Amino acid sequence: MSIKLDVYIEAINGEILTENVDYKNIELDDGYCSDLLSDVMGNALDNQVWITIMRHLNVIAVASLTGVPAVVFTKNIKPDVAVIEKANNEEICLITCKLSSFEASGILYQLLKK
Amino acid sequence: MAEYWNFEPNYEQKAKRFFANIPKPEMILNYDIAVKDFVHSGNASAQIKLFLKRLGVDAKVLRRVAVTSYEAEINITAHSFGGTIVGNIFPEMIHIIFQDRGPGLKNIEEAMTPGFSTASDLVREMGFGAGLGLPNIKKNSDVMHIVSAENESTMLEILIYY
Ligand SMILES: Nc1ncnc2c1ncn2[C@@H]1O[C@H](COP(=O)(O)OP(=O)(O)OP(=O)(O)O)[C@@H](O)[C@H]1O
Ligand SMILES: [Mg+2]
Repeated sequence: MSIKLDVYIEAINGEILTENVDYKNIELDDGYCSDLLSDVMGNALDNQVWITIMRHLNVIAVASLTGVPAVVFTKNIKPDVAVIEKANNEEICLITCKLSSFEASGILYQLLKK
Repeated sequence: MAEYWNFEPNYEQKAKRFFANIPKPEMILNYDIAVKDFVHSGNASAQIKLFLKRLGVDAKVLRRVAVTSYEAEINITAHSFGGTIVGNIFPEMIHIIFQDRGPGLKNIEEAMTPGFSTASDLVREMGFGAGLGLPNIKKNSDVMHIVSAENESTMLEILIYY
């Protein structure tokens, strides 16, 4: 089962931080939840949303190189403007939500009926 | 200097022939990697990936090149006194050389162990330091070669066939 990113954003009450990304057309089949960049680098795939509390610029580099289309920052974490700008350039959708990574992952898991 | 080799199955002979007589690359990409510059680190890997993408290299291979190159680039940024990346592009493969200016690896086998890391607090705050970078490079390259020693430089080179 797969879902559209905008359905997921609504389910976690997320706020979209980036512009110009056509998030309604991003399909998610899966998610990856990790705060260790080399773990994400080695495992995340381009059909997954990445759920994390890391907010450094390197997050965008890792998302871009692995092809992850969207990153969800949990616990109300918001990255700097420079990070959002880079994400805009790389066409990666950034979302922030108030939930914990556990809760945000759980909701996605249920939506995907895993 | 200590040396480490990893060959994925069926690549050893091919690679040895290559290293015995390295042909002239079609294209050479050069990058300087500054010490602890976490803002720009990753750019060289992104450019190498983009270059291969324009050549029409398969997405799965692009991903392996990206993972390999990024991990090695970050290691130069995080653990070394800076260095260079040279990407040699051939019609059927890429050869990337990551050369730094020290301080070198005390024990290559130990550094290759998943989970082994000497990352500083600063590096860990950036999200690095899981000790998975070198294992990721091994997993994603066809050939991996390291030459290093304590208080010397580290040279890492990889081959990935398209
Ligand atoms: N270019 C280098 N110069 C000196 N030491 C290095 C270099 N590359 C790696 N090392 C050493 O090898 C260790 C393991 O490297 P590896 O990339 O596997 O993990 P890490 O960089 O510590 O964490 P991660 O890559 O998971 O973020 C490092 O912690 C460091 O001690
Ligand atoms: Mg590393």
